[in-house]
Amino acid sequence: MEIERHEYDVVVIGAGGAGLRAAIEARQQGKRTAIVCKSLFGKAHTVMAEGGAAAAMGNVNSDDNWMVHFRDTMRGGKFLNNWRMAELHAKEAPDRVWELEAWGALFDRTKDGKISQRNFGGHQYPRLAHVGDRTGLEMIRTLQQRVVALQQEDEKLHGDPEAYIRVFQECTVTRLLKTGDGPGDPISGAFGYWRENGRFILFDAPAVVLATGGIGKSYVVTSNSWEYTGDGHALALLAGAKLINMEFIQFHPTGMVWPPSVRGILVTESVRGDGGVLRNSEGRRFMFDYIPDVFKDQYATTEEEGDRWYNDQANNRRPPELLPRDEVARAINSEVKAGRGSPQGGVYLDVSTRLPAAEITRRLPSMHHQFKELADVDITKEPMQVGPTCHYIMGGVEVDADSAAASVPGLFAAGEVSGGMHGSNRLGGNSLSDLLVFGRRAGAGASAYVDGLKARPVVSEESVATARAEAMAPLERDGENPYEVHHELQRTMNELVGIIRKAEEITQALEAVEKLKERAKGVGAIGGRIYNPGWHLALDLRNMLLVSECVARAALKREESRGGHTRDDFPGMSPEWRRKLLVCGASADGSSVTVEEKVQPGMRDDLIKLFDRAELKKYITDEELAAFDALVKE
Amino acid sequence: MGYKAKFRVWRGEGGEGRLEDFTVEVNEGEVVLDIIHRLQATQAPDLAVRWNCKAGKCGSCSMEINGKPRLGCMTRMSTFAEDETITVTPMRTFPVIKDLVTDVSFNYQKAREIPSFTPPAGVQPGEYRMQQIDVERSQEFRKCIECFMCNNVCHVIRDHEENKPAFAGPRFLMRIAELDMHPYDVVDRKDSAQEDHGLGYCNITKCCTEVCPEHIKITDNALIPMKERVVDRKYDPLVWLGDKIFKRSRSTKG
Amino acid sequence: MTQTAADSPAPARRQRAQLKERTLRTDQWWRYPLVTFIIFTAFLVYATWAIFDNDFFVAPYHAPFASPCLAEAVCPEEAQLFGWAPLGDWYTWPPGLLILGLPAGFRFTCYYYRKAYYRAFWLSPPACAVNEPHSKYTGESRFPLILQNIHRYFFYAAIVIGLILAYDAVKALIEKPAGVGTWVLIVNAILINMYTLSCHSCRHITAGRLNHFSKHPIRYRAWGFVSKLNAKHQELALISMFSVMGADLYVRLVAKGVISFPFA
Repeated sequence: MEIERHEYDVVVIGAGGAGLRAAIEARQQGKRTAIVCKSLFGKAHTVMAEGGAAAAMGNVNSDDNWMVHFRDTMRGGKFLNNWRMAELHAKEAPDRVWELEAWGALFDRTKDGKISQRNFGGHQYPRLAHVGDRTGLEMIRTLQQRVVALQQEDEKLHGDPEAYIRVFQECTVTRLLKTGDGPGDPISGAFGYWRENGRFILFDAPAVVLATGGIGKSYVVTSNSWEYTGDGHALALLAGAKLINMEFIQFHPTGMVWPPSVRGILVTESVRGDGGVLRNSEGRRFMFDYIPDVFKDQYATTEEEGDRWYNDQANNRRPPELLPRDEVARAINSEVKAGRGSPQGGVYLDVSTRLPAAEITRRLPSMHHQFKELADVDITKEPMQVGPTCHYIMGGVEVDADSAAASVPGLFAAGEVSGGMHGSNRLGGNSLSDLLVFGRRAGAGASAYVDGLKARPVVSEESVATARAEAMAPLERDGENPYEVHHELQRTMNELVGIIRKAEEITQALEAVEKLKERAKGVGAIGGRIYNPGWHLALDLRNMLLVSECVARAALKREESRGGHTRDDFPGMSPEWRRKLLVCGASADGSSVTVEEKVQPGMRDDLIKLFDRAELKKYITDEELAAFDALVKE
Repeated sequence: MGYKAKFRVWRGEGGEGRLEDFTVEVNEGEVVLDIIHRLQATQAPDLAVRWNCKAGKCGSCSMEINGKPRLGCMTRMSTFAEDETITVTPMRTFPVIKDLVTDVSFNYQKAREIPSFTPPAGVQPGEYRMQQIDVERSQEFRKCIECFMCNNVCHVIRDHEENKPAFAGPRFLMRIAELDMHPYDVVDRKDSAQEDHGLGYCNITKCCTEVCPEHIKITDNALIPMKERVVDRKYDPLVWLGDKIFKRSRSTKG
Repeated sequence: MTQTAADSPAPARRQRAQLKERTLRTDQWWRYPLVTFIIFTAFLVYATWAIFDNDFFVAPYHAPFASPCLAEAVCPEEAQLFGWAPLGDWYTWPPGLLILGLPAGFRFTCYYYRKAYYRAFWLSPPACAVNEPHSKYTGESRFPLILQNIHRYFFYAAIVIGLILAYDAVKALIEKPAGVGTWVLIVNAILINMYTLSCHSCRHITAGRLNHFSKHPIRYRAWGFVSKLNAKHQELALISMFSVMGADLYVRLVAKGVISFPFA
């Protein structure tokens, strides 16, 4: 049986912000580029991003600059971030946002006609370029239209709009192909199937950019869509690349908790940025009780001061509702556990008593719409019920900061699927800018790699046969319904490797995952190959299980609490652990997963000098502090 | 709380198929898409449906529910009577791939036919200065989530397959309006809106506006203003005369 | 670059879902076209009768369907606009025939009325997601419907007619401030002018055609005002249709002596 075959220079997997930006870059550098995505073009999960893209343009507060942004990012990530990525991100984000404008994006404006910027949790200054609360949609549409513009250009030049950039939509990649089995063997292509008709497709390509997003579908309560099955994470592992920081998962503090069918869907942080407050069932603004020591100086301690901040940010400290996401998520979790939650198991997020109705509908149109349509709640009249929801994985493919290259030659990763940039916790708004900055760098990195090749790596036919057999297997079996295995995995991860973790629970989870791996080998899909969701899920299970095991193993190993990883049995943050990264690898067949420690390289001198000694003291070891003192003295 | 609902779902491949009956459990707070998913998980694992965000933001789960184009994720079950049979069919205007999934490539084809945003030469990224009031009209159109239900419901192509080559559909006529109103776009789009993209086919019967899940006033704010702009160019002798007398360039945009 | 080879499952044939039903809508979608059909038909019947009815003036009231009255032979002197009657003795047909084409044309080419009668009279489409009965459709892309694009000129004319109706109302107010007819004419004049101003062409002319509102603050404000009215264009179209019909009938009934109480 033959397989549809295409030859490209760069294959980008994923058509969200990072994937499209990478593809645009590769095409602009003259590479024949394919974009492969599971959904329709323009539906990627990026459309769900609401708040904005963080970029220190200084349009609203001219004190803002890349150094402030860099500090905020490192602080938010509890100093575990790859500092080089945080630096590049802070420096390049403004250019990436401005570029979008030149491609047709229409951001909200300031009075003097520049791009308006809004406040967000963890950002010292108003920094998020936004369009109401649908910034992600604006970004995806702009990038999508940029791809179309390039295709129109190619049509004029070559008579074929798809000569240099083509979108393979509703197409899933199941395996990366290499020239051989060794971890050092380079990438030579990718194998997948068309969702529409089940036919197999093979890309011959020396460079692959992973931009597949996250892993949220391994959890029950998640803001992520079905696509978030950790495909890129798993493909990288199976190709011999490493994942880092997999224990760090961001639970967004405010997801919807009712009705059950939309449980987990996001309530944007802008609700809090624009004045919304969190209350428990006793009506108390409980966030004032949860300001951690490291943030004591930056947050208001009284409601009065917090309220003044909305109008006068220069002379007041911000309200604790705007603490980084991990803090707020944990606080809500504690309140609910202490029995002070709302009837449906969340807390109240109230904006109705804080802003006039007209102002709410103007500033938060899609939230108003979302609650009205999905929950029959009018947020201008009553509070919302919210609770934590699995939102984002900080961990991902370990990459070189400048080129986004993974350890396997020819493999690149950008966006949520890459790791390091956000450390142990991502700031809101840093994701959209991350997509743009590292999407572009991955596209450029892949192009440069292709330019440097002497010969095109060749796909080994054996690996194609293996990939094909693997993909066909569920159709040839008459086994268990894959939905059941999936639900079991989601429950396991949600309950045992959720916001608050314990050694024995994680161990239980690992045992459960082990059993699920066995069951997954037996799942079958009824029906044919044409748009068969059961079959698709059966194939995605491999990825979810692999990634879940990484998450659980890393979570068990890291014996401290930091950012998106909270251990009930190790509640403190440890400076020793800050220096360690956990690196996850897998065997080529995915049967065994290992997690190893690796030392985090120290920050460059000029960067560490951007911080106060008093602040560093809270995070770093005495030894590191002594080195810092010596550096400052010089 | 829960009850058993009667569903009739169109099932088939490549156009041929039929309405199949199901009885399925419904719980409080659920939407039609949840029920389709329950069918998938319990009775018909290979029932094809396109979906993504489940929050009305991505525009993937467009379908026709009791004959009306709707997003499955935004149609609450509580809007139906418990004894009502709910009929779910794929969008009618596009070829069907399987069950509720249609081939919407018509839309991507049309998107590619519309000249892209073209800023004036020499304006560097970062130099753009636009007032909020000048971008608001186009921003409304950019709320579009591309569910393609406006194109699906528009009788110009829904009832007349033969018009597809000549007519871009409300979604893309709105895109032309969006660009024509963009403060920095320099391409003149009026003639091509009428000649190449079929604005004249629109008889403003407003079904596009009725079905828009984003509540964009497609007809009043995009299509009619665009028709008026075309009148300026093609059918208004006074404007034509003014242009001649004052030597206004025809591509001048306010 | 691309070599596609036949894989085992045959590619699905590309055609629409075969559904015999004209629509699967279960609501009363036929109500809107039916009600529209009845209302518009009633209006047309009334208008046809009114044109040929000669009792259009009773001082100081002037029936709107016959205003302005421009022919010397058929218009009493007080009914003439500033005594202006450009058409001489030779014109002996009903005066409404001369001018009714303008407001009628305005309404006929109005974007709201177009929607309503395309749906109710031409069934194109009768309602959303209900198949239309025609086998061919070219809409307003060619003759004759391409002529709908002259709406703007009817708008200019409608402004003049609106002002004349306002003048009639003011004249009545001066001469008979306590008359019921006076207030009927005033209300009608207001509604007619609001409908005229709410027109999509008006919205376009005020500032809709501009791309930089910020450079034209006054026109932008006018546009904002017209846009607010425009959002109610359908309602204004219908209310003003009823008001003009009512005002016209009222004046004629007074003229005929059917209505004859002291403050009529």
